[in-house]
Amino acid sequence: MSLRGIGQWIDQRLAVGKIFEATAGHHIPASSASWFYVFGSGTLLCFILQIVTGICLALIYVPSPDQAYQSLEYLNYEQPLGWFVRAIHYWGSNFMVALMTIHLIQVFLFGAYKYPRELTWLFGCVLFLATLGAAFTGQVMRFDQDAYWGLGIGVSILGRLPLIGPEMVHGLLGGPIIGGEALSRFFTLHVFVIPGLLIGVIVLHLRGVLTQGINEFPVAGKGVDPATYDAEYKALVERDGVRFAPDGIDKDVLFAAFVLLAIFLCAIFLGPKGPNGPPDPTFIHTAPRPDFYFLSLFSVLALLPPYIETAIILYVLPVFVVILFAIPFIAGTGEKHPSRRPGAVVGVVVVMTILATLAWLGTYSPWSPHMNAWSGVPTPIAMVKGRSPLELQGAALLQAKQCRNCHSLDGEGGLRGPDLTTVATRLTKDQMIRQVLQGGGNMPAYRKHLKPSEVTALVSFLETLHPTGEPASRNPAAANP
Amino acid sequence: MSHDPTPIPPPPSVPPVTRRGFLLKLGVGLNVVAAALIALPLVGYVLSAVVRPRAKQAWIPLGRVDAFPAGQTRLATYRNPFTVPWDGVTANLPCWVRHIDSDRFQVFAINCAHLGCPVRWFPESSLFMCPCHGGVYYEDGTRASGPPPRGLFEYPYKIKNDMLWVRGGEVPTLSEPV
Repeated sequence: MSLRGIGQWIDQRLAVGKIFEATAGHHIPASSASWFYVFGSGTLLCFILQIVTGICLALIYVPSPDQAYQSLEYLNYEQPLGWFVRAIHYWGSNFMVALMTIHLIQVFLFGAYKYPRELTWLFGCVLFLATLGAAFTGQVMRFDQDAYWGLGIGVSILGRLPLIGPEMVHGLLGGPIIGGEALSRFFTLHVFVIPGLLIGVIVLHLRGVLTQGINEFPVAGKGVDPATYDAEYKALVERDGVRFAPDGIDKDVLFAAFVLLAIFLCAIFLGPKGPNGPPDPTFIHTAPRPDFYFLSLFSVLALLPPYIETAIILYVLPVFVVILFAIPFIAGTGEKHPSRRPGAVVGVVVVMTILATLAWLGTYSPWSPHMNAWSGVPTPIAMVKGRSPLELQGAALLQAKQCRNCHSLDGEGGLRGPDLTTVATRLTKDQMIRQVLQGGGNMPAYRKHLKPSEVTALVSFLETLHPTGEPASRNPAAANP
Repeated sequence: MSHDPTPIPPPPSVPPVTRRGFLLKLGVGLNVVAAALIALPLVGYVLSAVVRPRAKQAWIPLGRVDAFPAGQTRLATYRNPFTVPWDGVTANLPCWVRHIDSDRFQVFAINCAHLGCPVRWFPESSLFMCPCHGGVYYEDGTRASGPPPRGLFEYPYKIKNDMLWVRGGEVPTLSEPV
């Protein structure tokens, strides 16, 4: 029997051809076979890659706090190609979040959420949240110091919920502390619950794409009118339609190859992430940081004023999620082309600028004290050359009292407080004394921890910190300035 | 042709009970009962951590009093009293012990009151600093600067037979501080 004969024999029994005609072989508007439409299939490809590599990792990984870290190290250094599988899974997750975000922005800008594709958008929003959930729980699977304290941050946020806060914390951790029960819960979410949810909702999402058709390439001036849209779309597909497979799928296939190659290259050249230090809470010399997709949230938590922080995290962020879901019911008809929807374009630009700026700030977190600057970043030699003994004493105090953890000299040191390189041009002697003693503006007060003689020495050194040729500030009202 | 003597019966308002219909209803009903019998214990199993009453507190020995010199703040570690056997190092928890003088102590949770990161003690400037979002506390645990909404969480303590004990057992949060 020829290969073709075998195919016909199977098709007679399973009607595979009919399934193909109804799914991949359906007709799409020729205009939709565009480079703009490749990001959804790219995201799906990443998800499939995550499932395959995830199954591979589960062969070795032990979801138990006493051995998770060792099993990660084993994957990196003992298991043949374990490092490669970890790297593909890590970079696959980054690409999945990135491509999904681009896909979300593209369908938003192209008005794809409008009538009759409201439900498709809704399922897409669920997929967006579930993917971020997979990313967060996956970060916990890499059970190192970042994961341990990252969980602590999650717990602290949940603990701020009124009334149900403690119950939510107990439900998330499963036990009194971040330990065995917590890791098992996150493993269950990451490996069973969220992937299961994703598969189910992807089916519904694609069902929506098939029944309502893929969004046609938007044309300026041509809005959506629910009374006539269905007939217009049908006519468009009949007049100018191509079969998705194999006629409209060329760019998706090429893009898929680009994505796979990019993930492969990242994995080969950049390798897996971590694990960064065993999850031992007694090792407190750590500065936990999240993966890139949560850096903007990490930054928001540092930059919000304390008095509105809880309200914004617990109420305003969820409202944004509700708005995301409600978009097709707020603007379900009318123009689709971005040139006729300036509000939508401005909205995307504003949101993405905010997220990107916050993430960029998160990469170097200027609000965090540099814990080792006081002992590890010396005072520039030029600043102590030719100084009096009293001023040298002050320079030594500036290091010893951890001032450098928050204050830079010549660009080196913490960024929490202002750079002190030219502080004498901004503050008079009296203002410096007051600032050191009383603190304020995010600076602790040092009146209990510096003797008067030490304050005198410190301020006499600070008074020398001005450029040559530019005099130090003086109080014009003082009798002997 | 004479008309049919038997009158046409009015259509029944209630559908007749058939054997099939009865068996289907019985089957559905039994399934509901059986599903509840299995599902309710499952819900209880999953939610046991949520509804468990808060009694996870115990007195924990931190060490001999003379291990904490007066006037100093030192890191102490303890094994959490409530563990599962596979907790590993995660059940070893640190805390800061400040010995003020004679029997006066302060024992602070390691977790920043902002979002739970581990605060570090700097004896030279007598400050606790947090590496995550820049919270700073004075030596007595009160907030000095940064985003924390309150001072450090403080464990109740007691001294018995020259041993320092603290009462703890759960990760502290704003809604359940120690």
